[in-house]
Amino acid sequence: MTNRLRSLALGLVGATAVALPAFAVDLNVTCRCVIGGVNSGTAQWIEESVIPAFEAANPDVNVVLNQFGGEDAQLTQQLALDFSTGAGPDVTAFDGFLIPSFVEGGLLKSLDEVAGPEVNDWSGWAALSEGSRALMLYQDKYYGIPLGTDVRMINTRKDILAEAGIDADTWQPNSWEELLDAARAIKKAKPDSFPLQINAGVAMGEATTMQGYWMVLLGTGEAVTDENGKFIVSSQGILDTLNLYKTIYVDEKLGDQRAQLLADGRNRSFANFRDGVTALLVEGDYFYRSVTPEGSEFAVANRDEVQGWAKMPAKEPGAGIRGQDFVTISGGTGFVINPATDTPKEAWAFLSFMNEPAQLEAFQAIQPRITARTDVAIPNNPFLTETSQTLLPLTTARPNDPNYNAVSSEIQRMTEAVVSGELSPEEAMAQYKSAVIAIVGEENTVSLL
Amino acid sequence: MTTDLNTAPARRKPRNFALLSARAGAAFLTPAGILVSVFVIVPFFWVIFVSFTNRTLLGRTALNPEFVGLANYLALFDPATFFQRGQFGFSLILTTQFVLASALIGQALLGLLLAWLIQTVPPWVKRITETFVIAAWILPEVVIGFAWFAFLDRDQGTLNMLLESVGLPPGDFLLDSPFWVIVVFNTWRGAAFSMMLFNSAFSSIPPSYFQAADVAGASSWQKFRDIGLPLIRGHIVTDLILITMWTFNTFTPFLLTNGGPSYRTELVSIYNYRVAFQDFQFGKGAAVGVIMMLINLAFALVYLSLGRKKRA
Repeated sequence: MTNRLRSLALGLVGATAVALPAFAVDLNVTCRCVIGGVNSGTAQWIEESVIPAFEAANPDVNVVLNQFGGEDAQLTQQLALDFSTGAGPDVTAFDGFLIPSFVEGGLLKSLDEVAGPEVNDWSGWAALSEGSRALMLYQDKYYGIPLGTDVRMINTRKDILAEAGIDADTWQPNSWEELLDAARAIKKAKPDSFPLQINAGVAMGEATTMQGYWMVLLGTGEAVTDENGKFIVSSQGILDTLNLYKTIYVDEKLGDQRAQLLADGRNRSFANFRDGVTALLVEGDYFYRSVTPEGSEFAVANRDEVQGWAKMPAKEPGAGIRGQDFVTISGGTGFVINPATDTPKEAWAFLSFMNEPAQLEAFQAIQPRITARTDVAIPNNPFLTETSQTLLPLTTARPNDPNYNAVSSEIQRMTEAVVSGELSPEEAMAQYKSAVIAIVGEENTVSLL
Repeated sequence: MTTDLNTAPARRKPRNFALLSARAGAAFLTPAGILVSVFVIVPFFWVIFVSFTNRTLLGRTALNPEFVGLANYLALFDPATFFQRGQFGFSLILTTQFVLASALIGQALLGLLLAWLIQTVPPWVKRITETFVIAAWILPEVVIGFAWFAFLDRDQGTLNMLLESVGLPPGDFLLDSPFWVIVVFNTWRGAAFSMMLFNSAFSSIPPSYFQAADVAGASSWQKFRDIGLPLIRGHIVTDLILITMWTFNTFTPFLLTNGGPSYRTELVSIYNYRVAFQDFQFGKGAAVGVIMMLINLAFALVYLSLGRKKRA
């Protein structure tokens, strides 16, 4: 009798629980994407393809996309503060390199912990390439589903190179000196231009570290950490890197110093490329795929004739990381679930839904990119196919370290001090050294000088 | 015991004016007391506590902060780095210069000058001037920040368009002289308060003093120096202390310059924001906050003691 009563009570509770979803569940999704603005393609994809299809399949879920138009660092700041107080969107776009520091800070939980063990049964995991799986992985647990990866190179303006008498179709610098020589030739032909732009400074945030500093530093044969995972705080590689910045921005004015120092610097560097002020811009493949396509703010007219690319050379041939002649680095973004979400099941349902081949193929139609899934066709786009095939074998990744984010901020400060002409490379490196020691402790650093 | 009994009625005396019994008064005060302790007193001690830890928002020290004693304070006052750009000492010095230039010289002097000049102009001129100056004071900070940003922009800014239209060379103000930009900005923004304070002070001087001076043939400057200034000395001191405190704590220049370029406009308030909410170093940020509180406390004590002296 008691058993029957109990089962009746449980049944009632169960029935109520089942009845509850009759009230629509609201799901909030955030990405740094705005239709007609930054990452327009992503916003368009989620708004026009993913949400309608998902809502059609799940009529009791109501999905809203928050289009965040600020900088990357501002979104990171907002998510960190939101997650620490249990607020924030249910599903959000997330840069893979932030995962260790968020996880160690208790602000992010693995997907199976948030949404239950069925996460591990998702068929999509098997379709992810090993490299891309690592993008959202930390200590053998998935914290999100990776959307894609990227590679970095020198984006070129063929028309400007031609004006300086350089054959743009075959141009490929084999050392920093050859890169500088090309920039000098353009500067001579167009004295008002700023031919070469390698990101530096605080305003650009991680774009400085990733597209700028790493791309130069790897060419000296070093990385931010050594093979034991210790942060290198003083070395010839850092000095060479800073001296290259000094040559470009201070000594020879080959680059636009203002674009590195002002708050909206990155957009200024994009505008410089669009307007032909800058002919050589070190940025990732997304620069081609989501910044310069027709219809966007920084659209380059006749893009497919005018915009080309070259590999980033090491300081000297063979001097790059692992003895390479050319270097590049990859990052990856994806989407994660807020650990404090009220609707973890629905959040997971949405996250996995948007990463099924059907939706990813819809994304490829809007904006071709290097996908994370092997069962989604590689984009039929010469620029992306060539760059990924050439550069992915050469690529590197950032350290999977919870302190990386804080150290990266110090890298941005160090480059800004040099680019603004306020400090010499030696002084800037000394400041970097003391700052990094304060973050990670002296025992986790190494000085090579 | 006896002395207690003797003094008790004397102490109770003011209570006769109270509308409520002591118990009812306490009951009415309780909600406010709870709010104040939850939102002011507890955070106050919490910040002091956090400043002795290495707590962060991200990374390992977020979940397992350690007690580090005075390490945060010692790091802030480390002589080896104290004066470097982007360090605490640098922003303290910058803030002092900012207060001197924009509050004491800029706001107070401009406010005094405006207040004196509008004493003699026709009432409609006075009213229009007041409206404009006060508008600069009451508009929302974000609006003001972006308006100035647009005004000063090198390529499309209004200021450079004006300069070029009269044949002057355009400038790159936000990059070349960011400190002077925020000084001018804060002067413009805050002169209204000083103007209003001095205006009412001047109005409280009996007109007969000035009429007598007129009869004696005094110039405007003589009237200002020998009648106006001495009679409003107390107001000047009040004004200087208040605007010093406000300027010391102001954050609005952040909207114009983000503290940059290269930390050249990183006031203490912006430094504190960066350490705590951009670098997420809560422990160190709390230490900066505690030092700022102490500095403010010093200003407040000076202000209060002066007020007491005036009354005595």
